[in-house]
Amino acid sequence: MLKKLSVYIGKYKKYVLAVPVFVFLDVICELSMPLLMARIVDQGIPAGDIPFITRTGIYMILLALGAITFGVMNMKASTTGSIGFAANLRNALFEKVQQFSFTNIDQFSTASLVTRLTNDVNNLQTTFMMALRLLTRAPMMLVIAFFLAYNINSELAIVLAIAIPVLVIGIGLIISKAGRLFAIMQQKIDNINRVIQENLVGIRVVKSYVREDHEKDKFKIANDEFTSSAIKAINLAILNMPVMMFVLNSATIAIIWLGGKMISAGTLGTGELISFISYVLLILNSVMMISMVFIMYARAEASGQRIIEVLETKIDISDKPEWTLLTNTKGSEAMIANPGSIDSPKVSTGKVEFRNVTFKYALTGSGENVLHNINFVIKPGEVVGIVGGTGSGKSTLVNLIPRLYEVTEGAVLVDDVDVRDYRLEDLRGGIGVVLQMNTLFSGTIRENILWGNEQASEQEVISACKDAQAHEFIMSFPDGYDTVLGQGGVNVSGGQKQRLCIARAMLKKPKILILDDSTSAVDMATEAKIREAFYHSLAGTTVFIIAQRISSVREADKIIVLDDGGVSGVGTHDQLLKTNTIYKEINSSQQEGVLAQ
Amino acid sequence: MNNPRKEIRPMQQTGPRHGPGAMPGFEKPKDTGRIIRRLLEYMANRKFQLVIVFFLMIISASGSVAGNYLLKPLINNYILPGDFSGLARMLTLMAGIYLVSVGASYGQSRLMLLIAQRMTNSMRRDLFKKMQTLPLKYFDTHTHGELMSRYTNDIDNVQMAFEQSLVQLFSSSLMFLGAVIMMIILNPVLFIASGTIIAVMFFAARFFTSRSGKFYKAQQKNLGSLNGYVEEIVDGLKVVKVFNYEDKANLEFSKRNEDYRVAATNANFFAGVIMPVVMNLNNMSYAVAAMLGGLLTVAGRFDVGSLASFLQYTRQMGMPITMISNQFNTVLAALAGAERVFEVMDEKPEDDLGVIKLVGANKNMESFIEVSHNGVHPTHWAWKVPQADGSVQYIELKGDVRFNNVTFAYEPGVPVLSGISLYAKPGQKIAFVGSTGAGKTTITNLINRFYDIEEGSITFDGINVKLIKKDDLRKSLGMVLQDTHLFTGTVMDNIRYGRLDATDEECVQAAKQASADSFIRRLPQGYNTLITADGTNLSQGQRQLLAIARVAVADPPVLILDEATSSIDTRTERLIEKGMDALMKGRTVFVIAHRLSTVRNANAIIVLEHGEIIERGDHDDLLKQKGRYYRLYTGQYELA
Repeated sequence: MLKKLSVYIGKYKKYVLAVPVFVFLDVICELSMPLLMARIVDQGIPAGDIPFITRTGIYMILLALGAITFGVMNMKASTTGSIGFAANLRNALFEKVQQFSFTNIDQFSTASLVTRLTNDVNNLQTTFMMALRLLTRAPMMLVIAFFLAYNINSELAIVLAIAIPVLVIGIGLIISKAGRLFAIMQQKIDNINRVIQENLVGIRVVKSYVREDHEKDKFKIANDEFTSSAIKAINLAILNMPVMMFVLNSATIAIIWLGGKMISAGTLGTGELISFISYVLLILNSVMMISMVFIMYARAEASGQRIIEVLETKIDISDKPEWTLLTNTKGSEAMIANPGSIDSPKVSTGKVEFRNVTFKYALTGSGENVLHNINFVIKPGEVVGIVGGTGSGKSTLVNLIPRLYEVTEGAVLVDDVDVRDYRLEDLRGGIGVVLQMNTLFSGTIRENILWGNEQASEQEVISACKDAQAHEFIMSFPDGYDTVLGQGGVNVSGGQKQRLCIARAMLKKPKILILDDSTSAVDMATEAKIREAFYHSLAGTTVFIIAQRISSVREADKIIVLDDGGVSGVGTHDQLLKTNTIYKEINSSQQEGVLAQ
Repeated sequence: MNNPRKEIRPMQQTGPRHGPGAMPGFEKPKDTGRIIRRLLEYMANRKFQLVIVFFLMIISASGSVAGNYLLKPLINNYILPGDFSGLARMLTLMAGIYLVSVGASYGQSRLMLLIAQRMTNSMRRDLFKKMQTLPLKYFDTHTHGELMSRYTNDIDNVQMAFEQSLVQLFSSSLMFLGAVIMMIILNPVLFIASGTIIAVMFFAARFFTSRSGKFYKAQQKNLGSLNGYVEEIVDGLKVVKVFNYEDKANLEFSKRNEDYRVAATNANFFAGVIMPVVMNLNNMSYAVAAMLGGLLTVAGRFDVGSLASFLQYTRQMGMPITMISNQFNTVLAALAGAERVFEVMDEKPEDDLGVIKLVGANKNMESFIEVSHNGVHPTHWAWKVPQADGSVQYIELKGDVRFNNVTFAYEPGVPVLSGISLYAKPGQKIAFVGSTGAGKTTITNLINRFYDIEEGSITFDGINVKLIKKDDLRKSLGMVLQDTHLFTGTVMDNIRYGRLDATDEECVQAAKQASADSFIRRLPQGYNTLITADGTNLSQGQRQLLAIARVAVADPPVLILDEATSSIDTRTERLIEKGMDALMKGRTVFVIAHRLSTVRNANAIIVLEHGEIIERGDHDDLLKQKGRYYRLYTGQYELA
């Protein structure tokens, strides 16, 4: 895991590498102090050498100032390095997610992707920062302090040789056991949060079924289970402190006892004894710090794994290698004008052909074919309706045209070229799609429409909105095209939102326009006006309309009836009414009309 | 549709939970005294334990202060003169003091852990209890994230503060104070010298804390904007792909990411720098003490043993100061968190002054005999109305619902319904038609008193609904909403939610009635399939079928169907039509639907616009009127 993530340190490497240097200098300054102090006590005081004491004291003060300087520099380097690392990682993750195909997107839930990009990266950021600060300092402290202590008196160092392993084993035991208990505790936290979340979301259900007491009981169980698991886990974890104190104090007493004898034998100075005790404190403290990093690492590991999972997700749809090369050399927008790209095909007429297409969801599905043996040819400029029951594969079918999903078998051809031979950007640039789950983004209406074509003039924006029957209601807002939409376009009605999404796609002036059930909330009269545009301002555009309402596709040049992943019939409304039982059935179920979806 | 309010509230940015080691928020509570009193109430029955904690804390702090003082006699009286039996005695005493101190400190942490955990357990329980009593209005005006963070961030902060910070704050102060006193006793002159540096330490700690606090705010703001962008783009990722917007999104993201990086680096730098600065200032005071102490000793005004223990005390100063400056913020954050929790607890609950109860009853001639409801359905339901003279009168539940001149507003001055009068006779099907925001859902939400009306009255079998106990009123009404919400558990559990004592057979029967049986049987574990995360493993249509099964098993006398079949395609809807008809038979039903097939056979269709009834009548009447309904039906008018 560390190896995979460490590449994201990138340009912050120099900061990360500087940390051990500063820490080393800082530790040297800090650890020299007890030694100098010992010389004051053992040499200066007995000899009454005032200049020596003063000089040594000033050295000590200078060392402390040095330690402050190096300490601050260390903080600067470790903070910059670790947060820079997280920023790089976040960018890499986000870019990776941008490459995701629809299959990849379906594989993760939105919530889990967001968590990985936010909380998990932040977890790593904090852990890396602490690790940089502690994991460089503590081992250095440990080694150098031990060396200095050993130099003062090798016999006394035996005490440390016993104390350190005892502490390591003690803390190791606690941590390994506490780890499991904390994992259980985490589960219980998730449980509590789940109950609360469900109650918040389903409060109307709870209230209308008068299930408050039932829910309170559920919560009480979750709450009590959490409390007892937390008490168990933390009770064990707080044992760390007494264990540490016990080892430290025992070592101190042993050192005073042994050292006292040495002092009276004249082999040890009083100052040396005091500085030795100082080193013991620093050494054992370092052991504690190292153990803390291990605890943190264990917690961060889960986050790291989740992030790596995203980073290593195999992108199943990407440009052919030769196109990738082109994209990498130039920015995306420069590409279009780049004469070097003439080799890559462009969508020019809007002819669509399905050749023996079979599709199944490779990752999420049960292995059953969603579409099988689909064959049809659509001429440029035709308007095509697609109808069929829920789950018959309508959306999947049209999503294959802009290569949002990859066919399992067979081929989809646009302008007689396999979609896999296009550059994705060129292919999708020529196709306008209004998805079933359409999304508007926070920003003004104009900004949202301009997604279709950033360079579009005001005239083009207005005419697209007029074609989509959106201009009128946009102008009814006080701020017109500058009306600010909330996230997800919450402040427009369902029908208005759909029309904005259609305008956005129309602004692209695509050769192929796909409307996936995207007029369901628009009334029939308005919808009819939108359809008129398909025959006039978008006369040369091939249009695919998926609809629940027969009325939406009645006038189409061709209607494709899908049933259970296969084409059950192709023809005009009148032809199908005569020949296709499924079409007839759908039609008759709607005879009574639909007020609106 | 489940949120009838039209206006948009800015979504509150609820940041992610603090990761381990994250800094606490730098926020201050408004009325500290009151919050502390209320928090103490939660510990009222733990006074004894608290007193013990207090004593243990004093013992452990004075133990560690005294242990260091012993260095002086150890060196001066035993080591230097070479009195080893005395040294052994003193060391035994020292070991004893340390042991007691460590034991007291451990005991105190265990006890405090227990107190804090039990206390926050009660707080969570009370908060959840309170949440269940809050009116829907509260949930409309607060985001889920907001309430969620009461449980997660706020109560967590309280827990942290009580479990660690308070004790650390207190014992750090004690140790600090003890050390200061001992240093003064050992040598007042020397203390003044190192005391000056200690004062500098204090100011340095405060300076960096407040600096990092400022940057911390900037960091949180940038983090909010960064996370907001992630959410928005990931949510609309498919649209991003379709419009080749990836590069632009990357660019915008890296811009926000860089802003966050700069702010976070500053905040963490200033927070992190406290430690080395204070600790090394501490080292400096150690240096000053060693130098001046050495000089004093040479001058004969101090001795080596005293110097050793003075130096140990000096070493001890840094820790409490960083502790105090760290924990102080944690405690403030906890108090602010507790304040927000108490704010929720102080919210006005749904008021329920009703006294009339719903009871199962057997009809005996014209009077009713109340029967206890234990699995066996009574032949009738009746309202049990207490009379002034202490007797009770039973009124049969029939399902007669009337609105008399009802006016209602979610916000004062913005009426959503005005002057609505309508009636539903027992067994009738009433349908509402109108645009979003016309007030359809609101009407159904008034019947079961999700909201209370301002003017007019609503009666149920002639009884004003305000006089009926809310729980009993709601038990008599079954609701199926457009957004179906399921709970973690098996499919069977979710159907049984309608009536907790329903048998498996009854649940399966209900599923069959809702045409849900066939898809349930095709699930991997059939009725025992676990539903997770609000049923995201089921399609919206399947979830609606389950919701219909759930209400079928509840078997309520009155049904409210709010777009209950909106996500079921027209062919499937035909299949369940029979089941729905059976379900609706003999019950008063209120239906909100877009589809004519659901609406057309209603006894009365009510067309609403801007909170007023503009047309009413049955399907044929309304078509003849050639009004709004006619235009809707013929597709000349848009509902949105």
